[in-house]
Amino acid sequence: MKLQEYTSSKGNFEECMKCTVCTAYCPVLQVNPLYPGPKQAGPDGERLRLKDPYFFNKALKYCMNCKRCEVACPSGVHVADLIQAARIKYDTTPPKLRDQILASTDFMGSLARPFAPIVNGVTGLGITKTVLDATLKIDRHRTFPKYSGRSFEGWLKRHRKEQAAFPEQVAYFHGCYVNYNYPQLGKDLVKVMNALGIGVQLLDKEKCCGIAMITNGMSQSARKHAEHNVGVLKKAVDQGLKVVTTSSTCTFTMRDEYPSLLDVDNSAVKDSLLMATRLIYEKLEKGATLKFRADYHKKIAYHTPCHMEKMGWGIFSEKLLKMIPGVEFVMLDSACCGIAGTYGFKKENYEASQAIGAALFSQIESVNPDIVACDCETCKWQIEMSTGYPVQNPISILADALE
Amino acid sequence: MKFDTVIIGGGLAGLTAGLSLQKAGQNTAIISTGQSALHFFSGTFESIEEPPQQMQRLFEEAGIRLHYERGVRLMPLGTFRESALSLEDIDIFPTPKIGRKALIINFMGYHDFFSSFLAEGLQKQGLECRVRFINLPELEKLQLSPSEMRSVQIARAMDRVWEKVVQEIRMLLKDEDVVVLPQVFGLQDTSVPGRIRQGVPARVVFAGTLPPSVPGIRTQMLLKKRYQLLGGSILMGDEAVKAHIYENRIHSIVTRNLDSHYLEASHFILATGGYFSKGLVSNPFQIYEPVFGLDVEYAEDRNTWYNPAFAEDQPYMGYGVKTDGKLHAVKDGQPIDNLFVVGSILGKTQPQFGSAAGLAVRSALAAVDEILRCTQNDGEESASNPLSF
Repeated sequence: MKLQEYTSSKGNFEECMKCTVCTAYCPVLQVNPLYPGPKQAGPDGERLRLKDPYFFNKALKYCMNCKRCEVACPSGVHVADLIQAARIKYDTTPPKLRDQILASTDFMGSLARPFAPIVNGVTGLGITKTVLDATLKIDRHRTFPKYSGRSFEGWLKRHRKEQAAFPEQVAYFHGCYVNYNYPQLGKDLVKVMNALGIGVQLLDKEKCCGIAMITNGMSQSARKHAEHNVGVLKKAVDQGLKVVTTSSTCTFTMRDEYPSLLDVDNSAVKDSLLMATRLIYEKLEKGATLKFRADYHKKIAYHTPCHMEKMGWGIFSEKLLKMIPGVEFVMLDSACCGIAGTYGFKKENYEASQAIGAALFSQIESVNPDIVACDCETCKWQIEMSTGYPVQNPISILADALE
Repeated sequence: MKFDTVIIGGGLAGLTAGLSLQKAGQNTAIISTGQSALHFFSGTFESIEEPPQQMQRLFEEAGIRLHYERGVRLMPLGTFRESALSLEDIDIFPTPKIGRKALIINFMGYHDFFSSFLAEGLQKQGLECRVRFINLPELEKLQLSPSEMRSVQIARAMDRVWEKVVQEIRMLLKDEDVVVLPQVFGLQDTSVPGRIRQGVPARVVFAGTLPPSVPGIRTQMLLKKRYQLLGGSILMGDEAVKAHIYENRIHSIVTRNLDSHYLEASHFILATGGYFSKGLVSNPFQIYEPVFGLDVEYAEDRNTWYNPAFAEDQPYMGYGVKTDGKLHAVKDGQPIDNLFVVGSILGKTQPQFGSAAGLAVRSALAAVDEILRCTQNDGEESASNPLSF
């Protein structure tokens, strides 16, 4: 018995029974024959890498880190963690300029924001896309997320006083997307929280969660961000605040990837860091009420983002959307949309990215909803670009349906 | 979060129970730790002796056609086993002499289908056999990484290019009256096996491959889809880690992903499977049930758990969680009123009797009947006496 405890390994790789179930759910393996697949890249490869790092296979970079292998594994093997950890440990190639640019979402955001109209105009031009495609290998088919001229942080600071007047308070980790690209989502969160009698405040200078750095071979920078963020989260938690989020990937990264991939201890803050949907559901369950418009009628198809699936909290979004009177709810088959953050922006991945999402896109088209709901910003870009259907965060849908 | 019934386990037993309860108007959730034994499903429900109409209807509504015939089916290694209730694409024959001559088709580079064993087996039954390998440009991509050329990968391609397989077979076919194909058809498009049968002028038999099982994954996807369509919620990749039990009733359970957010319900169903799915866990000292710590029936002397002759009857496969006559779980000798145990965790299955699918479905339906009966009785009581609470 003792012996069994001592021989258990990081990532549970010795628990793998070679059942191959993970390979049936890997989105990359379906479209890219150069990728060795989760079983081979994860537990099988780990056994060899432990003997000799020579066995590290660079094709592991094709892993999108969607974690669907882990959700499928009946034996509790942390397949994707093993793959990402191996990349961090053995892949010494410095990241390309393009990958550094794609990964530095907050730095690029702060550069672009003051010049938003110009940047948006320029990145939308065909010629820019062609140049970026040729020089940096950022695929020309991609639509760049628009930058917002005013940051969300600036907006919330201007409303600090009225927010502070609410008897109950939460802190909000808004992430790069809400701050630089789409402040409206943050404003929607504030609207819903205020309707529940809760004021929203900023953290003391959050940084990008760092997921794009982890997947682009910049784990050192990611670790710095993680340490910083755990510090500011702790400040809020020490004041007795819960911290809410609206992005499933930021949340998953800070709750799960910080300790498992970056060795950053988040135990002091983990339990207080929640998707806003979970906090709202829990408030409603304890008796709080939201008043919805009588004239809100929408057919809503919910897409579970990969990291939401892994975190297991999609049920809160599902239950909240079903709760809105006038919503006809359809649960889409849980499948990757193919974008996986920065993965789909890279020229070499564009085709694979679209092929991975194809089943989801055709399901959306056959359901023909008014809105696709989803808690992830990069899924939103991908689904909007590939299907033309509007995609909204469940928080925005709640805000829109409120009286 | 509150439900009428929470089901722990998303395999055949859990999905069957969930589907029936949703259909009866309940609000349920299924917790599924990883994918289930349906990924190893043979496609037949061997321990069902009579045509179960209730189940056939339930599956039909999910888009899964079943047929009931008593006879034998072809096994992956060329032997035959008695069968009755099966998925539509699994053939049942009156005798193992399934024809005169067989053409056995395999794909180039596919190692998970044992065509030569099948030929040997069929020859023993007096069939003349010919094995042919076919290649399609659509499979070349898969052949680049031979270790990943698996049933599901091939099946995805076959959903698109099955017509080419029909053309190949028609060209290869001489005077054979039977064509044996691997079960790699109809993963998403369920009409494919039937269309292949129509297109080939001989009796087409689909024989099992190494896992993952394509008919099994299809079954699981369709059951899951139907369950969600009826309003059920699936907590995929989550795990029940402990329960709050008061006075022989489960009040709520704690899951790994939802941690402090407990799941409450009037009834619970435990359908966590056998050793592979960790519904039962064994160590050198004991066999235990990890979620509730239920009583497990097994021999005390560990040396009697297994039979050193590997292929013989293995006693440990028969061990399982103790229940009373109504499938209530038993803990410390006392039945738990609102916890029902279904599927492989009950033990009593032996591999030589075939798959545990029949037990899974039958026990799930029995537990559902009992839950609905209890709920109805409770409902009547409170209706007849409005002051009862």
